[in-house]
Amino acid sequence: MHSPSRRTSKVNLHPLEQVQIHFRGAPALCSAVAVVALALTSVGCSTGPAASAPTGPRPVTVFAAASLTAAFTEIAELAPSLDVTLNFDGSPTLVDQITSGAPADVLATADEASMQRATEAAIVAPDPTIFATNSGVLIVPKGNPAQVSGVDGSLDGTKLVVCARAVPCGATAHKIAEAAGVTLKPVSEEQKVTDVRGKVSSGEADAGIVFATDAQAAGDAVETIAVDPEKRFAARYPMTIVTEAKNPAAARAFIDLVLSEEGQAVLATHGFGAP
Amino acid sequence: MTLTTSARLGDGLPRWLFVPAALATLFLTVPLLGIAARVPWAEVPALLSTPSSVDALALSLLTCVVATLIALAIGLPLALVLARSDGRLAGVVRTLVTIPMVLPPVVSGLALLITFGRRGVLGAPLSVLGIEVGFSTVAVVMAQVFVAMPFLVTAVEGALRSSGSGFEGAAASLGASPSYTLRRVTLPLLAPSIASGSALTFARALGEFGATITFAGSLQGVTRTLPLEIYLLRELDTDAALALALVLIVVAALTVAVTGWFSRRTVRRRVP
Repeated sequence: MHSPSRRTSKVNLHPLEQVQIHFRGAPALCSAVAVVALALTSVGCSTGPAASAPTGPRPVTVFAAASLTAAFTEIAELAPSLDVTLNFDGSPTLVDQITSGAPADVLATADEASMQRATEAAIVAPDPTIFATNSGVLIVPKGNPAQVSGVDGSLDGTKLVVCARAVPCGATAHKIAEAAGVTLKPVSEEQKVTDVRGKVSSGEADAGIVFATDAQAAGDAVETIAVDPEKRFAARYPMTIVTEAKNPAAARAFIDLVLSEEGQAVLATHGFGAP
Repeated sequence: MTLTTSARLGDGLPRWLFVPAALATLFLTVPLLGIAARVPWAEVPALLSTPSSVDALALSLLTCVVATLIALAIGLPLALVLARSDGRLAGVVRTLVTIPMVLPPVVSGLALLITFGRRGVLGAPLSVLGIEVGFSTVAVVMAQVFVAMPFLVTAVEGALRSSGSGFEGAAASLGASPSYTLRRVTLPLLAPSIASGSALTFARALGEFGATITFAGSLQGVTRTLPLEIYLLRELDTDAALALALVLIVVAALTVAVTGWFSRRTVRRRVP
């Protein structure tokens, strides 16, 4: 009855969040061979995947948390020398996939707990680098109809929507409130951070607590009210090389790209904070 | 109507028909058995007695009973009117009121939101008067009535159409008023289909998820019904989610079984 398979419950993302994007450089034939090589583990390509080859983009497969979809897709385009294959999913799912042998070179998660699980299972290098942070912020509908001034008494009597406490964005919301000495009295505790954002951007709720990246993605429909930087409780995003990476050099290059000024600038435009 | 006391099995049908029939049965029941196999039976009482589970169950039962009563109060009259009407207008109304049955529930939730939400077509004026239904138990019931009432309307209208109006005609010719005929002839004749339509409505309301989460939100004891609680627990505590799923299945099965028994009993009493 308690079979091991029950532990690997899959995080079900919307199909759009599971997009796999392939960037293929010239020559096309070699890229095609490189893709096959990924699958067959050790087929050589005379000009493509070998780390020493100066010509043609080097393949690298990156497994990244779903919240990184827009940012990493953009960063991957910054490096013509890399042929980046991106796989986005929930962080726990990514760890499960690599554990069961999925061919990844880089793992980037949205929380340290998932990364810790990966390092303990020795499926990734033991020294993950924090490359971004994502902090909790207060959002209100455009125009701030309920005149909320922050995580304070101005939230009393308003329609506040947060994530359920068991969900990361809900845990962050409650930490922010505790630090501010406020008890949250939400009218709804949503399962997904996007549902919180949706209820605020539609004006149905007066305020909501989401991650900075979600606030950024909502554009003009919401206004972000600054939370005391000391009390933002940012989630830290770690990334590292997979132990059985087929392309460790290219993996290192991709991590360096993310940590570079250029990569960090892209992350910042999507609402991420510096590590 | 052939009703015999001995149990029949595919009376007078070709044998090969049993193969696809068995396949259909398996396809519909094996996933339910799959849940039953995974449920941690020993822990079920503990999992079901947590405050959040009790709240979710109580809220679901309350809202579904209210939704079913509302569907009977306004959906049943609609079914009667539609069954006794012809012409273009009746056809248009019939099509429109069955649309929620085939809409994805999230779309139903969005439709309710942009109509009754705070900035909605009807919600905005109501909001000025201080009436806001969003994030309330009322919103849960509205979502349930919206998606479930068409099942009652369709079931009853179909039954009334196929039964014809002979008995009513006879009653009228004997001097019975329309109200008397409705009460003493039409409604008793329709009892089985009203029962099965109500059961479908109740069961559909019980399973309602998408419209509720879109329109009403999710708060323990106020708007978080059983399906929403299961959705929340799904990734965090699979055992608790499965235990609640089991309750949902049992309640739905009981509803359908009891009304099925009631319908058959009513029919049997009528056929000497």
